[in-house]
Amino acid sequence: MSRLIASFAAAAGILASTSAFAVEISISCSALGKEYEICKQGVDAWAQRTGNTVKIVSTPNSATERLALYQQLLAAGAGDIDVFQIDVVWTGTLGNHLLDLTSKAQNIIGDHLPAMVETSRVDGKLMAVPWFADAGLLYYRKDLLDKYKRPVPQTWADLTETARLVQEGERKEGRNEFWGYTWQGRAYEGLTTNALEWIASNNGGTIVDEKGEVTIENPKAIEALKTATGWVGTITPEGVLNYTEEEARGVFQAGNALFMRNWPYAWALAQGPDSTIKDKVGIAPLPKGGADGRHAGTLGGQLLAVSKYSKNAAAATDLVLYLTSESEQKRRAVQGSFNPTIVTLYGDADIAKANPFIGDLVDVFSNAVARPATVTGQNYNKVSTEFFNAVHQALSKRAEPAQALNRLDRDLKRIKRNGWQ
Amino acid sequence: MTILARIGFWLLVIVIAVFALFPFYYAIISSFRSGSALFSVAYLPESFDLSNYFAVFERQPFGWNILNSIIVSGCVVAISLALGITAAYAFGRIAFRGRSLLLMTILAVSMFPQVAVLSGMFELIRAFGLYNTLPGLILANLMLTLPFTVWVLTTFMRELPKEIEEAAFVDGATPWIVVRRVFLPLMAPAAVTTGLLAFIVSWNEFLFALTFTLTNERRTVPPAIALMSGSTAYELPWGTIMAGSVIVTIPIIALVLVFQRKIVAGLTAGAVKG
Amino acid sequence: MIMSGAVAEAEIPVRTTARGKRSSLTRSRIRAAWAFIAPSLIVLALIAGWPLLRTIWFSFTDANLNDLSDYKIIGFENYLAKYDDEWFGVLTEPDWWRSVWNTVWFTLVSVSIETMLGIVVALILNAAFPGRGLMRAIILIPWAIPTIVSAKMWNWMLHDQFGVINDMLLRIGLIAAPITWTANPDTALWTAVMVDVWKHTSFMALLILAALQMLPQDIYEAAKVDGVSPVRVFFRVTLPLIKPALLVAVIFRSLDALRVFDLIYVLTSNSKDTASMSVYARQQLVDFQEVGLGSAASTLIFLIIALLVVITLAAGRVRLGEDPR
Repeated sequence: MSRLIASFAAAAGILASTSAFAVEISISCSALGKEYEICKQGVDAWAQRTGNTVKIVSTPNSATERLALYQQLLAAGAGDIDVFQIDVVWTGTLGNHLLDLTSKAQNIIGDHLPAMVETSRVDGKLMAVPWFADAGLLYYRKDLLDKYKRPVPQTWADLTETARLVQEGERKEGRNEFWGYTWQGRAYEGLTTNALEWIASNNGGTIVDEKGEVTIENPKAIEALKTATGWVGTITPEGVLNYTEEEARGVFQAGNALFMRNWPYAWALAQGPDSTIKDKVGIAPLPKGGADGRHAGTLGGQLLAVSKYSKNAAAATDLVLYLTSESEQKRRAVQGSFNPTIVTLYGDADIAKANPFIGDLVDVFSNAVARPATVTGQNYNKVSTEFFNAVHQALSKRAEPAQALNRLDRDLKRIKRNGWQ
Repeated sequence: MTILARIGFWLLVIVIAVFALFPFYYAIISSFRSGSALFSVAYLPESFDLSNYFAVFERQPFGWNILNSIIVSGCVVAISLALGITAAYAFGRIAFRGRSLLLMTILAVSMFPQVAVLSGMFELIRAFGLYNTLPGLILANLMLTLPFTVWVLTTFMRELPKEIEEAAFVDGATPWIVVRRVFLPLMAPAAVTTGLLAFIVSWNEFLFALTFTLTNERRTVPPAIALMSGSTAYELPWGTIMAGSVIVTIPIIALVLVFQRKIVAGLTAGAVKG
Repeated sequence: MIMSGAVAEAEIPVRTTARGKRSSLTRSRIRAAWAFIAPSLIVLALIAGWPLLRTIWFSFTDANLNDLSDYKIIGFENYLAKYDDEWFGVLTEPDWWRSVWNTVWFTLVSVSIETMLGIVVALILNAAFPGRGLMRAIILIPWAIPTIVSAKMWNWMLHDQFGVINDMLLRIGLIAAPITWTANPDTALWTAVMVDVWKHTSFMALLILAALQMLPQDIYEAAKVDGVSPVRVFFRVTLPLIKPALLVAVIFRSLDALRVFDLIYVLTSNSKDTASMSVYARQQLVDFQEVGLGSAASTLIFLIIALLVVITLAAGRVRLGEDPR
């Protein structure tokens, strides 16, 4: 009996401390595996602090399947998931179904990487809060660069030359399956990120500029695409035209490539205990287009957003603010190598101890190039699909780069017909 | 001649078996491997490392997922066959006006791409209050299996000789009794085959299963496998996915081994006719 | 046949009474027919009616996934429309027509191969040999692995650098350099056909096997006695008898192949060069949120498939209203 009273009292205490009814919040923040564990620890901490309960809804690993599921739920106005983890390029697509967080997050939003904040906005309104960042990186084999006495390439021309040289050398030694450079060339969003890096680093713009003008048909972009087309079949296996991140990593991880373009996740795996290339790998910013070009890794990462149909929007917003806070982002960076979006964390000693290269990343992130998702809004997926298909056509030599970009320019203008929104 | 024919026959059997089995065999080998090993080729298992199999069950309620799949597929097959056999009797054995039109209408249901039907079905399931429940999935899957079941069974029904039922009708049996006593036993091979195929269709169904369920405990096997992930969203946990795939194939193999006798057992239409 | 002839002869003397009895029997049988069909029809109408009508309805609107409640009816503009002297609509999209051609080609090739191979497999499984039960299970395994997994599995096995297929072919010496199976649009569709054949031949084989099993045995015995060669028996006797079942199997396999999505999507993603009709429709509906356009594409898929089915049925001389033999 006394125990019962005690538990009542405890319950009353929780109620009093949160000064509201405890509610259940559903969050989609992972597929399963390690990502799930880390998300779970975060939401549990929040649940304990506020007395609410949190349910994690696992969503598929593949981004396309995840987006389709979100759209289905949101289009039906279903409030089954309160907090959504969304990709940086989905804000415009889903924005109409998300809660405006501008006023709630105005105090903290200035701490985040500006480029990440930009991807969270729709028409100037903040529809999501940045959670973790990603950007394209160049992975290289330290041992092989030493062996051939080549520096880490600063321009794409350097990279091409070094890759050719090392590939020739390795093949002479009988390693017939050795390649210079692997990346993601499949006709999917990943090719958009890759191709944008080539073009932006060569000062060829970002497909659509921030004013909404289609800028893709320019000599710099054509030149960048020509360079990339030249790789296929020479320093890059022809199969790259159907590689996603893991297929590209497979070649590199097996020790069969000198360079690889990939996201930061590949680092931990390349350094894993069973890795054949452990301690032989280095990372660097992606090369510049030329002497006057710039380092440009495409910005990726995930945001947290609150559904407009959530029945507990206040609690859900609180959860989002908690999960994106400095302490939680630090915990996630230390335990799960999720790159923080809060700028000051890049100088944090604990994170630096867990991820030695975090200091290098801050430059990569601050120079990162964003896909034109904010300006094209609803139409981003169309723009991206036309873009990666045009690039794919050029790479598979079914169209000349200039011709492919010319057609792309026409198609994009057709999509833009009545403005982007 | 016979020796040569026999060698040829067995050669053909082996070639077909290898073609059918090799990917499955490779899946089994892959399920014992992990990490970087998956990026190289192996023809024989190097070790029997079962950690991927444990991981499948540790990270999610995979036992429940399999059970859900069995329940959903089992119910779908039972309902499809029950509805299909009666409808097939009517379509195949009784002449009535509008028969062809009805058959075409039923077939038309199978002519829309699944993704187009998805949104409407989602609204329907929610309207019925069946979201995130197994009955919702069963209902949705019926749309995939029922037209097929009705059509196949009708075809087989029509193939049976006319005399079969006439004797029964002369004896004053009702159509229902004729279906149960006369046709059901005769249709066994066709019904088992159709049921087996319907079971697999439902077992493999992914899009509905993903969209109409929310919690891991309610999910069926295909979305459960799609949820498996490595430490980040990009990493593909190949070994675990293969282990999951191997596990879910076993119930199907068991089912085939149990029911395959029935595919042949029931039928001696000639005997009835004679 | 002989027996029914005898029955008819015997009936002649009592014709007048029999006719009255028969028509009431017919009426009651027709009533029974409707009672038997009703449950299936009700279930199908319940589950498929709304989603299908909704798709057709949306194809005449400018609905967007952004806000499904806010749309207006625009007639046939999703199919074909002219603004400022420029044609718009699904029917004017080269990408759409490419996907139609890809799908039809894919269906023709894969279903033809599956049919032939299916007959061979069914004949094997129909023969009595030790291990027949096991063989039945083996050929069903490809079908038992969920497509989302098996397509990815093939993608892995077909990888140009570390895929087992290239490795095997290189070792045997059939090829000199690794083949880029899925990366090259020219080989990608053939690769899709190969995987589809691997996966779906068992569907054909099993249905044909059931048809074989339902054939009366006496025909074969007669043929055996007459010493007719097995090949002739197959083409003269077996094939015509299993034709209806074969046709239904072909129709349903074609329906699936014409709506192919997972396989092509996993193998080649959103590449325009290999997209199928369903990939196109999904892209409009989901990626681009264009519910109107996507529904129009879906309705067109329906119409194309319906047309092809009618052609197939006509070519196969199937009369749906046919009586039992």
